Amino acid sequence: MTITPIAKDSAKENLKETRAGFGQGIYEFAKKNPKAVLLTADLAGSMRIKKYLAEFSERFFNCGVAEANMIGVAAGMTIGGRIPFTTTFANFSTGRVYDQIRQSVAYSDKNVKICASHAGLSLGEDGATHQILEDMGMMRMLPHMTVVVPCDYTQTRLATLAVGDMKGPVYLRFGRPKMPDFTLEDQNFEIGKAQLLREGSDVSIIACGHMVWMAIEAADELAGRGISAEVINMHTIKPLDEEAIVKSLQKTGCVVTAEEHQRNGGLGDAVAQVCARHLPSPQEFVAVDDSFGESGPPADLLAKYGLDRAHIVAASESVIKRKGV
Amino acid sequence: MRTTAELKEVATQIRRDVIRMVHGAKCGHPGGAMGCADYLSALFFRVMDHNPDFEMDGIEEDIFFLSNGHICAGLYSALARSGYFPVEELGTFRQLNTRLQGHPATEEGLPGIRIATGSLGQGLSVAVGAALTKKLNGDDHIVYSLHGDGELQEGQNWEAFMFAAHHKVDNIIAAIDWNECQIDGTTQDVMDLGDLEAKVASFGWEVITLDGNVMEEVLDTLTAAKALVGKGKPIALLMRTKMAAGVDFMSGKYQWHGKAPNDEQAEQALAQLEPTLGDY
Repeated sequence: MTITPIAKDSAKENLKETRAGFGQGIYEFAKKNPKAVLLTADLAGSMRIKKYLAEFSERFFNCGVAEANMIGVAAGMTIGGRIPFTTTFANFSTGRVYDQIRQSVAYSDKNVKICASHAGLSLGEDGATHQILEDMGMMRMLPHMTVVVPCDYTQTRLATLAVGDMKGPVYLRFGRPKMPDFTLEDQNFEIGKAQLLREGSDVSIIACGHMVWMAIEAADELAGRGISAEVINMHTIKPLDEEAIVKSLQKTGCVVTAEEHQRNGGLGDAVAQVCARHLPSPQEFVAVDDSFGESGPPADLLAKYGLDRAHIVAASESVIKRKGV
Repeated sequence: MRTTAELKEVATQIRRDVIRMVHGAKCGHPGGAMGCADYLSALFFRVMDHNPDFEMDGIEEDIFFLSNGHICAGLYSALARSGYFPVEELGTFRQLNTRLQGHPATEEGLPGIRIATGSLGQGLSVAVGAALTKKLNGDDHIVYSLHGDGELQEGQNWEAFMFAAHHKVDNIIAAIDWNECQIDGTTQDVMDLGDLEAKVASFGWEVITLDGNVMEEVLDTLTAAKALVGKGKPIALLMRTKMAAGVDFMSGKYQWHGKAPNDEQAEQALAQLEPTLGDY
């Protein structure tokens, strides 16, 4: 696996919302593909889709606060060749409409792109009612469903274009806050292909979404302590790049997974399955430990619930000690 | 074009197929399927401009969605009898490895099925979405859909009613099988639908009420409904039917929502239903 270069040094000054990457991506996709249509459920303002609305209003449908109907309408719109993107908060994109997605989209194998913003704790002050931490698990359990969790603005933009180009149902998950934008325009983003961001030999850190940046920072800190950490951006949760996981573990012998999600059902579970089947290895999970979130500023919440650089560092040191025990 | 008398014969054969399929599987939902046999006959054998050489996208043809998926035995019969797949396949209903699933699905590739239904209340949204795509595509064909009345207890229907009126989806004709029966009892006892005509009309739909078990009335109503297409409002047909219509001891009884007849009952029922097109 070749290393995917990133713009690490400038990233801290270059903060952008991943949701804005979706807004730009859907605009570009609609421009090149006249079959694209966009639906939302009374959250057009939060989805950063102003450019799309200005140019493609005839291909935009506000469904009001009625997400179940939105998913069904989107499924129906595929019949006749349209490519519907639905967009609202991740909570209302998944848990609220699980049965609609299951029957009308996944089981019916419809070409619907469920684009979900404000995922995880980093939604912040609105609190636990809105901070979904179970969505990746729900979506990756569904047959036919592809699950993509890009890590920054640029990757979310590219992921939006990529999911539009592929056929089949997709769950695309991104977030609310401004985060370092560190991936490059020409990163060769490919659904189902993990990105190796940093080579290492002592521990593999496999992360998705906002946690990828924290994994990079954690690897820097670990290097200062004499630990060589490999960092993998697992932007596609399903289909999972098993080969990349096995290759990395053959080198490092242990793994830390990091995600803004419940420990149950998310990226860590998916990686653990690969370990169990192919290469049993010690694993630590940086994830929410079977609890709901709460209100607060995003950074404070992530720290309180153990989803930050410090916790990835601690998990890495801990998992290395378990090797060969 | 089939004569009205021939359409009645088709409806009788659909009822007969339903009894045989459900009896053969020893389970299933005969009541609604028999109640809607006249409507399915009218749609598939005269009214719809449709293509039995099935293509999922249904471009430049009328398309049909069954939202109350449990009555699929009736739909499967109508599809097979109108050429979508061999009628012999009706005998595989609900068996292992069949394309004729207990509730309609696309997974096995059965021609004529465009969406999975069974978990209730989702079909109207899908049909409205497909109708919207037809409008965007400049395709002036019609989307027909069929729904149970008990199914209207699912809130998603009312979201879809609102959406269709708001976005002026005026190329859909959605029929409600208003038989006032659901699995646990009458709709009045389980969850009263109240003044359904006023409710649907107040959501911005054109509403026509009809007797769905009188072929002439079904045909006249569909002609009237088609004349309303393209006039700015979605169209709902509130179709008064009898559950399990066509067999005297079953007709009008909610108990036949989801129960197979035993050997004796099947024999009795089939004695009342001529094999007008020949059995599969």
